[in-house]
Amino acid sequence: MSTTESSPPVGAQDWETVRSSPEFQDLRRRLRSFVFPLTGVFLSWYLLYVLLASYAPSFMAVKVLGNINIGLVFGLLQFVSTFAITAWYVRYADRRLDPLAGKLRDEIEGGSA
Amino acid sequence: MTVLAQGVEGSNPLLNITIFGLFVVITLAIVIRVSRRATSGASDFYTAGGGFSGAQNGVAISGDYLSAASFLGIAGAIALNGYDGFLYSVGFLVAWLVALLLVAELLRNTGKFTMGDVLAFRMRQRPVRAAAATSTLAVSFFYLLAQMAGAGGLVALLLNITDKTQQGIVIAVVGAVMIAYVLIGGMRGTTWVQIIKAVLLIAGAGIMTVWVLGKFGMNLSSVLAGAVERGGQAGEALLSPGKQYGKSEISRIDFISLALALVLGTAGLPHILMRFYTVPTAKEARRSVVWAIWLIGLFYLFTLVLGYGAGALVGPDAIKKAPGAANSAAPLLAFELGGTVLLGIIAAVAFATILAVVAGLTITASASFAHDVYANVIKKGTTAPDDEIKVARITAVVIGIVAILGGILANGQNIAFLVALAFAVAASANLPTILYSLFWKRFNTSGALWSIYGGLAITLVLIIFSPVVSGKPVDPVTGRSPSMLQDVDFGWFPLDNPGLVSIPLSFLLGYLGTVLSKDNANEDKYAEMEVRSLTGAGAEKAVSH
Repeated sequence: MSTTESSPPVGAQDWETVRSSPEFQDLRRRLRSFVFPLTGVFLSWYLLYVLLASYAPSFMAVKVLGNINIGLVFGLLQFVSTFAITAWYVRYADRRLDPLAGKLRDEIEGGSA
Repeated sequence: MTVLAQGVEGSNPLLNITIFGLFVVITLAIVIRVSRRATSGASDFYTAGGGFSGAQNGVAISGDYLSAASFLGIAGAIALNGYDGFLYSVGFLVAWLVALLLVAELLRNTGKFTMGDVLAFRMRQRPVRAAAATSTLAVSFFYLLAQMAGAGGLVALLLNITDKTQQGIVIAVVGAVMIAYVLIGGMRGTTWVQIIKAVLLIAGAGIMTVWVLGKFGMNLSSVLAGAVERGGQAGEALLSPGKQYGKSEISRIDFISLALALVLGTAGLPHILMRFYTVPTAKEARRSVVWAIWLIGLFYLFTLVLGYGAGALVGPDAIKKAPGAANSAAPLLAFELGGTVLLGIIAAVAFATILAVVAGLTITASASFAHDVYANVIKKGTTAPDDEIKVARITAVVIGIVAILGGILANGQNIAFLVALAFAVAASANLPTILYSLFWKRFNTSGALWSIYGGLAITLVLIIFSPVVSGKPVDPVTGRSPSMLQDVDFGWFPLDNPGLVSIPLSFLLGYLGTVLSKDNANEDKYAEMEVRSLTGAGAEKAVSH
């Protein structure tokens, strides 16, 4: 019942062939060049927020609109950035990742049937 | 004033129980109904045959994730500590980007039922599966215990039951209903319970939010002004960070440590990871996370209004005096707005929340034991699927009973830190191992074992010797130390939250374990894993009915 038994009947050699194919390398590069930098960005952005909340409370307390202060705006911007990154990634994956992944998948599964 | 000392003022226990009973009856009926459609296979019990849509799964994920702690706890924290309560919810939300960008789809493509499937994919099966199951069971156990003990507090709060024995009976009933959900419905039934609960919870919070805003002319700034005014001298401090965490340098570092565990822990929680297998494809897994992010984000925005609204309309003094203190903020606000009936609904939703979360944890832990430990470690992969499911069902009952007993024993204990502990273990033991195995070619069996066992051990040791277990000074108001143990102090680790130390150390251990061992990574299996994880070739398909 281990996972590996559910692999399609493709020999080990074939996985390596697919892996070293230009299409796959392209897919891998597209994924990594998108998600790694973006992860760095949102983690730093979150860390900045946490550090400001911890070490610059008086800055965060400056009111900008009625009782709404910079801290609250900053916090709400974290929500906005999370939603925006989500939407951006979905769009990117739909256009740049899924077609290529689907093509490779069909080749692998079709080729072994 | 005697009423206030017993239960939330205005609470009608009979009404609360009736509404909650109605929820149980309706969900059980649905669970029985959907279970008729089930096939007998392992994949149906563990993952509903991968047959849920992304949208359904996304709602279920938010139902699994939004525990009573995040509803009652965060609203209460905002009401009493203002901005610092809000900081929690930001971390809980941002964390989902890790799941979306790095984990969900690749995990769906390479695994089948459990976290162990992915971690052991290209490693020596038995040791890595045993490690993955150990960590899964540890996280599930801590989380489960926190939920069940919370149920005891909620009983006191909402049903006006103060007798410990009677509370114990209610905890046992909650546990029994949860076991029934899991045994009858498997993952399919559990998922529907989570979906229904998520809809009720988010809708309930949404209605209360609009109601609160309506009382203040739809103006958030006026809600804040109300909270400041009601807060008296301490009122102004509610609006900016620092009321809870800004006291000292240690408390600031502690908060950063907590923030790190929250943001990196979510994508390592086994019961969340398992939900990605209930959809047919990686694309649907992505869609699930997108739905979850929107719903969870929306919900935390509601809690912001509810927290300050409770501060403004109920007032911090009344909240502090009520049983359950901070946890009573949302129920008291419900009573203030909609009287006994709305309080009853919110109380029932809070119970439903506990029920759905514990059911999700139980099925995850039982799947990990049956699939990783029994089928692959003990029986070395030679077991019949029917046997495996039988073991999973027995494990679910055992875990349910342990949860009931643990909940009764821990009732009234200060174990809120267990949720933070679960996140810290998930971020330290699970996430580094998941990321290394998905993205680092050289990563090998010994690296995986070092990061899982090392992360788990470091986190536990740091917690045991931290102020949450012993050594906090006695609070003059209550006469008790806020630590779990009274009158002893064997602590040497200064922080409540170990994440700041344990997470980097676990990443380091995974690296060292890999480069220092003579094990060679299995390159063929890595090629297979990488191709499969990115393309979805050979991924587990949905079972058609």
